[in-house]
Amino acid sequence: MRERHASQGARRAREFEAFVAGAAGRLLHAATLLTAEARDDNPRARRLLALSLAHTYACWDQLRGEDPYDRARQYLATRFARGAWHYGGFGRARRQPVGTLGVLTPQERLIVVLRLYEGVAEEQAAALLGLPAERVRTICDRATATLLHPPDRAARPVAKAEAATS
Amino acid sequence: MNRPQREAAVRRIMEQSPPRVPPDLYADAVRRGGRMLRRRTAARRLMWLVLCAAAVAFTVWALTARPWVEPPSETTPPVTGWEGW
Repeated sequence: MRERHASQGARRAREFEAFVAGAAGRLLHAATLLTAEARDDNPRARRLLALSLAHTYACWDQLRGEDPYDRARQYLATRFARGAWHYGGFGRARRQPVGTLGVLTPQERLIVVLRLYEGVAEEQAAALLGLPAERVRTICDRATATLLHPPDRAARPVAKAEAATS
Repeated sequence: MNRPQREAAVRRIMEQSPPRVPPDLYADAVRRGGRMLRRRTAARRLMWLVLCAAAVAFTVWALTARPWVEPPSETTPPVTGWEGW
C-alpha cells in the first residue's frame, strides 16, 4: 500500500514537472497580459500562476484524461475574475496598468486573452465567465477596437470617470 | 479591416515580449500543491473520525437507554385484588 502510494507520488511529480516545463511560459504570459503588468515586474501574475499550478498539482490524480492545461487556465481565469473586482481597493494604491493591454478594463482583458490569445471558443469563454455569448462577442469587439485605435492619454480619465459613474 | 484581420493584429500585439519564467516556479507549485493535498487528506480523516465517533456514541446510548421499549405506566395504579369478584 505504502509502496503503491510512493510510486504514484513519483509518477505524479514526474508528469507534473514535464507539464510545468511545457506550459509555464505560455500561462505566465497569459497571466501577465491579464494583470497588465510590465514584462519584468509581474508579482501579481506570478502569484496567480503559482496558485493555479498548485491547484493543478493538487487535483492531478483526479484529472482522468482531462487536459491539465485546460484546468490550470480555467482556474487562472476564474481566480483573476474574482480578484479583479476588489483589487487595488481600500488601503492599497492602485497601480497604473502599464502592460500591453493596459488600456483595457480587467473584464476586457480577460475576454481578449481567453478568446484571442488562448483561442478558447466563444461559448466556452461565456460559460466560464457566466455571461451570454453575445455579450462576450461584443466586449471582444470593443476591446479589439480600443487596442487597435487607442484613445489618447488626455481622453482616458474622462472615459474612466464615465465608466465609474455609469 | 474586417474581423479576422483585426483579431490577427491583436494576436500579434499580444504575442510580443513574453515574460521570463522564474526558476523556482516548479518547486513553489509542488510545495503549495502538496500542502493542499495534505490538508485535504487531514480533513477527510477528521471527517471519518467524527462520523465513527458519532456512530459509536449513538449505539452506546441506544443500548443503554433502549428507547424502543415501552416505558412503564406512571398514571394508572396497578390493579390488585380483582380475583375475589
